[in-house]
Amino acid sequence: MGKHKSPARYSAAGLAWRGLRNKSWPRVWREPELKSAYDVVVIGGGIHGLATAYYLASNHAITNVAVVDKAYLGSGGSGRNTAIVRSNYLTPEGVAFYDRSLDLYNTMSTDLNINVMFSERGHMTLAHTDSALRTMNWRAEVNKLQGIDSSVIAPDEIKKLSPSLDTSPNTRYPILGALYHPPGGTIRHDAVVWGYARAADAYGVDLHQKTEVLDILCEGGAGPNGKGAGGKVTGVRTNRGDIHAPVVVNCTAGWASTIASMAGVRLPITTHPLQAAVTEPVKTFLPTVIVSGSLHVYVSQTDRGELVFGASVDPVANYDMKGTLEFTEELAGHVLELMPGLSKMRLMRQWAGLCDMTPDYSPVMGPTPVDGFLVDVGWGTYGFKAGPVSGEQMAACIAHESMPDLIAPFVLSRFTDGTLVGEKGAAAVGH
Amino acid sequence: MLLVPCPNCGPRNASDMSYGGEPHSRPDPNTASPEQWRTYLYLRDNESGWITEKWYCSSGCRKHFKLERHTLTGELRNPPLPGNKTGGHK
Repeated sequence: MGKHKSPARYSAAGLAWRGLRNKSWPRVWREPELKSAYDVVVIGGGIHGLATAYYLASNHAITNVAVVDKAYLGSGGSGRNTAIVRSNYLTPEGVAFYDRSLDLYNTMSTDLNINVMFSERGHMTLAHTDSALRTMNWRAEVNKLQGIDSSVIAPDEIKKLSPSLDTSPNTRYPILGALYHPPGGTIRHDAVVWGYARAADAYGVDLHQKTEVLDILCEGGAGPNGKGAGGKVTGVRTNRGDIHAPVVVNCTAGWASTIASMAGVRLPITTHPLQAAVTEPVKTFLPTVIVSGSLHVYVSQTDRGELVFGASVDPVANYDMKGTLEFTEELAGHVLELMPGLSKMRLMRQWAGLCDMTPDYSPVMGPTPVDGFLVDVGWGTYGFKAGPVSGEQMAACIAHESMPDLIAPFVLSRFTDGTLVGEKGAAAVGH
Repeated sequence: MLLVPCPNCGPRNASDMSYGGEPHSRPDPNTASPEQWRTYLYLRDNESGWITEKWYCSSGCRKHFKLERHTLTGELRNPPLPGNKTGGHK
């Protein structure tokens, strides 16, 4: 296998050379014509879709691949998350999976030749109740058994690591301890999207933006138009024409159920918006990522000094991404519980992203009852941190036509077999 | 905030209510196969568009009722009326 064309490498020397000679940078990726057939069509141009396409090309030499997105690359969850990565999950399956993702993120800047600004600043999950502390201890032990750097620390240590937190016992929800995970941190999510897109394009993968999938073409299935269980996929219909493909991968978030229903597949997913907000930039004072399950909030400070807040998902299923006032009010109240010194901070923006929630807070990956139609969906509130490993493993799944060990627990049929992977205690703040 | 029209209490904040999601007809537990039972438990249509969903007026009159709502625009239609027998919980 060889690269289709070599992209202009990003380096300090290259920057100086182009700057001094007033040379512009070439386009980062092509805008190719839509071909009538591909070996694989990936629906969704976010981190998951682009990573799948990239690893298909780089690890398995499958380069006749199209990535289609109805908007622009990274316009969905990939650009809306709060950019936190960690691997301190609750189940052995989850820990192994997310830890592989952290490994890939660690070497991503050199692998993809793009600065993803990985800041390994440590991740603290606060416990405000005895039961939360019990879960933290449980998680710490599961993590340690799998070789993950993760431990429960006391309030005085928390105060040392993040002095702005109110660790006194005189608050409504006193901080009793925290699960501290030093390898966790934040990453610039747009750079991850662009890095995968650029690298996939260099291998000859066609990236089609503003290409909306209107229908999935199937034959032989039990349902209408050959869709549904027992059938096989033959391609997709888009607003720019039909594409024939023996393999179609659904890598969408928010529209996972809509896309799957086009192939006659029902998923165990309900879609809820999750709101986030960012403050004005201030001098850096918050060294770690802080998460509080009881207060339904997580916060980190960006390199520019803004505080990024995320919350739990809205309680009502919705596809609407408007922000709400009650979210802002609740968020402000909860943040001030943790850090009373922030009372004068002003919020700059708020936004929402769509989270596909599954019953066990684990994703749904791999084959479906329709042959050739694969899913990489159900990413709830944890899709960003799992992007690289999902792409790598989905690519292996497509190339070898079998489920790799790392993602075998997340197969769709677990919901009919009753082998769920319960991650609620470690995956979400809203419980 | 979403104003939910309770058939007895009138429009109330969604935070006064409990959300029940998509209604399903439960298979008979005595005869259902594990697969039918788990399909009932887990699989959802999750449509983007008009849906019918269950609500429970938990801090008001405690009536269960169904509501038609558009999940993309937030519009409501055919709000349940007082004494509406079809709006009951199954």
